[in-house]
Amino acid sequence: MEKKKIIFKINGVEKTVEVEPNKTLLWLIREVLKLKGTKKACERGDCGLCTVLLNGEPVKSCLVLAVEVDGSEIVTVEGLSRDGELTPIQKAFIEHGALQCGFCTPAFVIVGHWLLNRNPNPSREEVVEALNGVLCRCTGYRPIIEAILDVAKKRK
Amino acid sequence: MKYVGKSIQRIDAFEKVTGSAEYAGDIELPGMLYTKLLLSPYAHAKIKSIDFSDALKVPGVITIAIGEDFPFRIGLYVNDRNILARKKVRWVGEPVAAVVAENLEAAEEAIELIKVDYEPLPPVLDVRDALKPDAPLVHEELGEYAHSPAFNPIPGTNIANRFVVKKGNVEEGFKKSDVIVENEFLMPQVSHVPMEPHTCIGQYMKDGSIKIWTSAQSPFAIRYILGYSLGVPLHKISVYVPYVGGGFGGKAGINFEPLVVLLSKKAGYRPVKLELTREEQFMVAPVRQGFYGKIKTGVTRDGKIMAEKILYVFDAGAYADYGVNIGRAAGYSCTGPYYVPNLEGESLTVYTNHPWGTAFRGFGHFEFLWAIERQMEIVAAEIGMDPIEFRLKNALLPGLTTPTGEKLREDAGRIDQCIKAVAEKIGWGTPPVKITPNKIRAKGIAALWKAPAMPPNAASSAIIKLNEDGTFLLSVGVTEIGQGTVTALAQIVAEELSVPVEKIKVVPFRHTDLTPYSWQTVASRNLFMEGRAVIRAARDVKEQILEVASQVLRVPKDDLEIEDEKVYVKGRPEWSLQLKDIAAGYVYPNGNTIGGPIIGRGYYVGSRLTYLDPETGQGYPALKWTFGAQAVEIELDTETGEIKILKLVSAFDVGKAINPMLVEGQIVGGCVQSISLGMWEEYKYDKNGRMINPNLTDYKIARAGDIPEEHIVVIIENPQKDGPYGARGVGELSMLSVPPAIANAIFHATGVNINNLPLSFENIWKALKEKR
Repeated sequence: MEKKKIIFKINGVEKTVEVEPNKTLLWLIREVLKLKGTKKACERGDCGLCTVLLNGEPVKSCLVLAVEVDGSEIVTVEGLSRDGELTPIQKAFIEHGALQCGFCTPAFVIVGHWLLNRNPNPSREEVVEALNGVLCRCTGYRPIIEAILDVAKKRK
Repeated sequence: MKYVGKSIQRIDAFEKVTGSAEYAGDIELPGMLYTKLLLSPYAHAKIKSIDFSDALKVPGVITIAIGEDFPFRIGLYVNDRNILARKKVRWVGEPVAAVVAENLEAAEEAIELIKVDYEPLPPVLDVRDALKPDAPLVHEELGEYAHSPAFNPIPGTNIANRFVVKKGNVEEGFKKSDVIVENEFLMPQVSHVPMEPHTCIGQYMKDGSIKIWTSAQSPFAIRYILGYSLGVPLHKISVYVPYVGGGFGGKAGINFEPLVVLLSKKAGYRPVKLELTREEQFMVAPVRQGFYGKIKTGVTRDGKIMAEKILYVFDAGAYADYGVNIGRAAGYSCTGPYYVPNLEGESLTVYTNHPWGTAFRGFGHFEFLWAIERQMEIVAAEIGMDPIEFRLKNALLPGLTTPTGEKLREDAGRIDQCIKAVAEKIGWGTPPVKITPNKIRAKGIAALWKAPAMPPNAASSAIIKLNEDGTFLLSVGVTEIGQGTVTALAQIVAEELSVPVEKIKVVPFRHTDLTPYSWQTVASRNLFMEGRAVIRAARDVKEQILEVASQVLRVPKDDLEIEDEKVYVKGRPEWSLQLKDIAAGYVYPNGNTIGGPIIGRGYYVGSRLTYLDPETGQGYPALKWTFGAQAVEIELDTETGEIKILKLVSAFDVGKAINPMLVEGQIVGGCVQSISLGMWEEYKYDKNGRMINPNLTDYKIARAGDIPEEHIVVIIENPQKDGPYGARGVGELSMLSVPPAIANAIFHATGVNINNLPLSFENIWKALKEKR
């Protein structure tokens, strides 16, 4: 299949890559750029574990074609904390025990960031709605919801 | 205590919130190949021929394997599993061939070109049918399979294991009963749905050694079974396990590791990776067994259970190498946490042409407690007794005997306290309330118990090293599958050696060449058993430190104390040594050196556990029992069958919460899994036995919006004297008995008994409609 050249920014760094038009953004992230923090778990948009920010909005990267991100800006979990300093969301996840096996954690951290950027003071219902697109089998979601609400509360 | 009993942050949290934690799927090896499986389209069929000549021509394809390439069986307790289907297929989804290729695309293309000629056989698609005398046999050669002596397969039938427990005189007991109640209960097969699908890489080395990288709970079980099956000595097999993205039992025992290893040999000794897709995870990976139960209870008018006759039948699916032990575990715990003086229990693990079953968090207890806790509610109603009072009247308290005749130890947990705690917090004793003409609020309760299902010799061990700078390294065989045990173990080291948790590293991966032995990471046994091993290892370290320090400081060992990373003379803190000064031998000013690197070790096996009598099931199977209870308040819409869980209360007697935040995390998470399994999850099949919902759209699991509005967790701490700091296990326990609590609430709201899971809105609606 003929490859297409795309230029995009990921975690603040500009990249030029040649991709086949049938490859997904998830494939680009994990297999080409080797950013393994973004997880693959259903590849049909059900589980949300591959969620990343595309031009500031959360997308399930398994449902976006790589060629579509030409000219875009992507943020993955690796792009959130710089130089080992955790973000308030990451710290709150740790304090609240909002993770167990950790496989879904990057996606929830990404969604948490997006939500509080867009809506610094969300209600519990708004947090739940934002998280509804990502699956977790371990935590029962409650500590994740509480971690995000706690960050919002502390910011006030 | 400084560290034990504190809600310390998880030691693996930084890696996990930053996405840097390593999972098996993240591993890439030089020269790595990829494999894709061809799955059986039939539930039961003879394989007449396989033609893969066209598939081999696809560019990038290295080799193709079929069942006959690997003419031997593997298994944990019963050697009944083929590496790839041989002679016949036993479920829709059984791997029939594997293509190994340079990339996944080539493997996928080749799979499509393999032609298999099948001769369909009549399938067994209901576990009750499988028991009929004329049922087709899933395993004709059952009598030839090697198995552990603890199991009793019946050749010529579909029964992979029959477990019997007998206590007292059941006929006499029924005679002394005023009321006899008999009911049947059903539960479908379900998936573990680990967020990380099964992933493994295998490499057969040219010198005959084997390397495995896998998402697995039990690296030592993999090493042992593989070595036994292939005739390879264990020192030539290395199993590496990084973080595991959820296991819940599905990654216990041995799964696809033998396949990738053998494919690697066939593919010229290059590493081969298998990564299941979500659809394959549903179709190919092992599942939780289905369940049928029939319980007959004899009870006096004043609420004493006199006798119980119990039949549990587990739908093992196509293979039962692990499932036989689930039937056994359910059999020896079959009464639930109640004292039944006269008992006859039979627990069967039965082959069908459904996907193969394996361990699932709760190990048979989620299944049979559904039956028992519904039955308790129905019996209480029959004799007109409050269900809490009825449960308390029959509670299995210390001193009473379990189904296997084990007298419950004095320091076992207290089921009565758990039941009373949830009853109080849910506000038990108020009748259902009609909120609108269609909406009723009602409460329900259910109790639970479980002991680890393990062989009597299951062992754990630990190694603690004192590094040259005074920090510590703890190495244990329990895998980190999310449960957080290693954080609690670090707290135990901190407490024993009086050193901050930050100065202790728990090795974050398991590697059978380096890691001390652990039987398996299953059964809610690891905090207890690794905990005891870690305490012993820490005391060994301490002894070695004191040995050197007593020479240097010239005082007897028992006059020394370790605190704040120093060893000092009691009452004379100015006479002290830094731990780092003796970590690799103490050096005197003139260069003389005494002591050497300090490495402590400890092990633990259960005390006085026994095999069970094959005729009566009597004996001592339980390392410890953990007790608990769940209560819910629901709002039921009688028009639509919809329910909302307004409030959930959970109480567990954990003995001692080493880390209360982690205990609460297990309980909150486990309960949501319990709700999800109880309300939505089931394998749905078409009439030919093909699963029709192998994806997360049609197989719904709980999302953030589905959790109870309120969840109160009560941690009860009656310490068990031989547990580490008194602790018992809770990991599996947390996901037991929420569904019967919900069904019991529906019963109180409407008088309708629902005895089959799931409690989907549709099923509730149907049940309510039948009554009208």
